[in-house]
Amino acid sequence: MERVYLISYSEIGLKGENRPFFERTLVSNIRRALKDIPGLEIERFHGRIYVKAEGDLKEIRDRLVKIFGIASISPALRTHPDLDEIKRGALILLQEHKEYNGKTFKVETRRPNKSFPLTSPEVSKVVGAHILKSLNGLKVDVRDPDILVNIEIREKAYIYWEKIPGLRGLPVGVSGKALLLLSGGIDSPVAGWMTMKRGVKIQAIYFHTFPFTSDRAKEKVVDLCRVLSIYNSPIILHVVNFTEVLKVLQKETPSEFLTILMRRMMLRIAERVALKENALGLVTGESIGQVASQTMESLAATNKVADIPIIRPLIAFDKDEIIEKARRIGTYEISIRPYEDCCTVFVPRHPKTRPSLKDVEAAERDLDVDNLVEEGLKRVDVIIVS
Amino acid sequence: MSKEIYFDNSATTKVRKEVIDVILSTFNENYGNPSSLHKKGIQAEKAVEISREIIANALKCNSSEIFFTSGGTEANNLAIKGAAYRYKRRGKHLITSNIEHPSVINTFKYLENEGFDVSYIDVNKDGIVIIDELKKEITPETILVSIMMVNNEIGSIQPVEEISRIISSQSQNKIIFHVDAVQGFGKIPIDVGNMGIDLLTISGHKFHGPKGIGALYIRSGIELIPLIAGGEQERGLRSGTENVPGIVGLGKAAELAVTGLKEFKSKVSELKEHLSRRIIEEIPGVRINGPICDDPHSAPHIINISFKGIKGEILVHAMEQYGIYLSTGSACSSRKSHSSHVLKAIGCEDEELEGAIRFSFSAFNTVDEVDYCVEKLKEEVKELRSIIRR
Repeated sequence: MERVYLISYSEIGLKGENRPFFERTLVSNIRRALKDIPGLEIERFHGRIYVKAEGDLKEIRDRLVKIFGIASISPALRTHPDLDEIKRGALILLQEHKEYNGKTFKVETRRPNKSFPLTSPEVSKVVGAHILKSLNGLKVDVRDPDILVNIEIREKAYIYWEKIPGLRGLPVGVSGKALLLLSGGIDSPVAGWMTMKRGVKIQAIYFHTFPFTSDRAKEKVVDLCRVLSIYNSPIILHVVNFTEVLKVLQKETPSEFLTILMRRMMLRIAERVALKENALGLVTGESIGQVASQTMESLAATNKVADIPIIRPLIAFDKDEIIEKARRIGTYEISIRPYEDCCTVFVPRHPKTRPSLKDVEAAERDLDVDNLVEEGLKRVDVIIVS
Repeated sequence: MSKEIYFDNSATTKVRKEVIDVILSTFNENYGNPSSLHKKGIQAEKAVEISREIIANALKCNSSEIFFTSGGTEANNLAIKGAAYRYKRRGKHLITSNIEHPSVINTFKYLENEGFDVSYIDVNKDGIVIIDELKKEITPETILVSIMMVNNEIGSIQPVEEISRIISSQSQNKIIFHVDAVQGFGKIPIDVGNMGIDLLTISGHKFHGPKGIGALYIRSGIELIPLIAGGEQERGLRSGTENVPGIVGLGKAAELAVTGLKEFKSKVSELKEHLSRRIIEEIPGVRINGPICDDPHSAPHIINISFKGIKGEILVHAMEQYGIYLSTGSACSSRKSHSSHVLKAIGCEDEELEGAIRFSFSAFNTVDEVDYCVEKLKEEVKELRSIIRR
């Protein structure tokens, strides 16, 4: 008898011809997440993945629940296809979870291995009776049981009942690559996470404005990447030294347009980095109306400078929803560290909240934009965060 | 970054080589527990007692009056809480100033919650305690007065002797006088007897000693309630196996600080004067916070200057690019967004609060360093102002 994790995935199952690719990606993501765990064996068949590993069960579980593409994880016992072992296994599993007392249950059997002597209903009946006899406090309910004990008889038999919900979504890597504009704030890491959930591999870009923001702000972004890398595999972080560009903008453009012009410059630089890295989109944490630079007008004016798609997963989220997600992802506590990310020194006192594209472009007219972009691209450090 | 100019000696100081040497040899050879009966224990105990002696000599007191702690914060807590709890039957009124270090202020805030009544007396524009206010606040219920020797942000020196005289003349009861001398020790001469001090705090890492070690002078006859219960080390006042390497390092650092005090004072005063003169003459829109250089109430090693129109934090980072290490207000609060309570207390306007930079020197600093710093300050202040002011 041995312990395995039975992993099911829902959305991938719908993918028709691409399905093997999706499955392979998921298996390789699982393999990477568990690579240092001894005795790792991964098998895949019939829309399921079985993971066997030795070591701390909780640790394995904690890692599996952070892999996109997994619908649920069931700790299972794998036994010889032998009725007595199956009965024993069912008892062990139920007893490990004290909450069974007072609950109803039902046994359901599937038997792809037709050489097994009993039929599926017979197995269910025998095992059910055994459970009922051995464990006090459980009752049978075949219509709507609290606990559904599953038995699958293949070359080996699998017994499981618990279903730990996974993150769902698609395995990271099946949907190409995008570049996340990461600040030290609460929103952008969440936006990156949500894009990863759709199977997109993420790289990140951060605009550092030392001395206006401290190196601690940069460390904060590295730490955010570290959390995201749990879901994604190592994250390549491009740190752009943006100070010179910002100084020019500050000196040569009207203050009420500063934020929006700054964002336009960031997008231009980000797009160039994205193209170089074969990333097909940019991801931002923007949400409508959150600040002056995120009104529909501002978004429209920012959007204009990039040709590749800008993905804005949080566009219709409110702050509370974003905070709740950030908490769940594990980025919130890092995001609220008190180091300013995009320096408040440069926030104009009266930013334009509804800038027309014409005005924005006029404000930018005297700038040597191409040169500034090149200037920004000259000063990029790459950090690989894992 | 080849240059390294460290002007943040009020936050902490570089440990002297001589101090590191004695610490290392203590770790390597004298590793016994002073409480052990055997030879190794006795050796360690001896080393601790030698340090106690050195510090006692430095403060002009008896070595039985020196108690080692984990640093300035613990010593301040022990002094204030220990005295308040011990003497609360005499009265529950305590006095301190509103420019104390957080380890003092927050201890008093804690005691307020414990039912004590605390008066926080004001300072004048130079950051000196207003004596008349102190006089007014003393009541028959007063049991403890705690005033720092040198302010860590603006370098104002408090009139400790005068305060002590007032305390003893204004009240029939014995009022305990605690002095937080973390920024004073090794900078100005201290004689606890002559100065009328009952409790005095020092901290190793402020005078080129190690972090994590400090001491409290407790005048003979004064009793304190200990904060830490345990194996009764330090005559029951501070349990816990002695930090022998730290104590030995503290002793060595104290010895060097006291023997080098005169030289230190003349050297850093010169640096301070030179820096402030050049900044005032060459950079417009600056203001010295706290007493000016030739004021006798000005500590030789600290000067606080506001650069109008610039956030101190940004200037600190800008200077860091050249390997020059400065500080806004105090290191303890530099990670918090709220501004300095000390600068507020001396009446700084918002703009001055935001743009304040503290320069604090050690004997390792040179005039060349100051000149280089001023050159870079001139450039950066001009540049930053051109960007920020619109």
